[in-house]
Amino acid sequence: MLTILYFASVKEKAGCGEETVRLPAAVTDVMGLVAWLRQRGGGPAAALTDLAAVRVAVNQEYARLDHPLTGDEEVAFFPPVTGGAP
Amino acid sequence: MIRVQRETFDVGAEIASLCAGDTAAGGVCVFLGRVREFAHGAALQAMTLEHYPGMTERQLEALDAEAQRRWLLEKTLIIHRYGRLLPGEAIVLVVTAAAHREAAFDACRFLIDCLKTTAPFWKAEETAAGSRWVDARAADDAAALSWQDGAAAGGS
Repeated sequence: MLTILYFASVKEKAGCGEETVRLPAAVTDVMGLVAWLRQRGGGPAAALTDLAAVRVAVNQEYARLDHPLTGDEEVAFFPPVTGGAP
Repeated sequence: MIRVQRETFDVGAEIASLCAGDTAAGGVCVFLGRVREFAHGAALQAMTLEHYPGMTERQLEALDAEAQRRWLLEKTLIIHRYGRLLPGEAIVLVVTAAAHREAAFDACRFLIDCLKTTAPFWKAEETAAGSRWVDARAADDAAALSWQDGAAAGGS
């Protein structure tokens, strides 16, 4: 099973912080997951409309949209980070 | 060494603990980040930091290791808080200790510049108008980018 995490403003738009899904066989990378979530609709689809404002991590490492997925990863979607100090 | 925690910290006690028994470090550089009282012209009531448990620690460990690789450092410490913080409260502490000040200064600036753009923390600011997520700043990306390719100094 694939764990999907959403954080900060992306979590608010998604309407949830975490979900577990069975990855369709046709989905083999992050872009495929995004396309599938968009097609599924609802909050996550809205949260992933504008990918320019979304960063992706696979198994807690930053990843690109062409990062492969096998279906048992932890994938996180979140906005550009704003930690640290002025 | 890195720590991600909700509770505040005592800067003096952290430095004393980090450097206890170390007589090689002649220079200790400290950066303390605090919550500012203003946000976009409005008085800030509080700031809430959300983070990605697990990935945050991994990113900070990786940055710490990178600093140790680039400079000859005796000790390093990064503490980053999360949760709801009030104006004036500490957010982040970076301490670097080295034989000479140059390495301590450079590594300290490297760590604070780069953690801003890589560690998965997000700030939400509360003002009288409500709560809003803070946007990432292009200037922060530029500061972090300036450290790529082994640059000797950061900043713009």
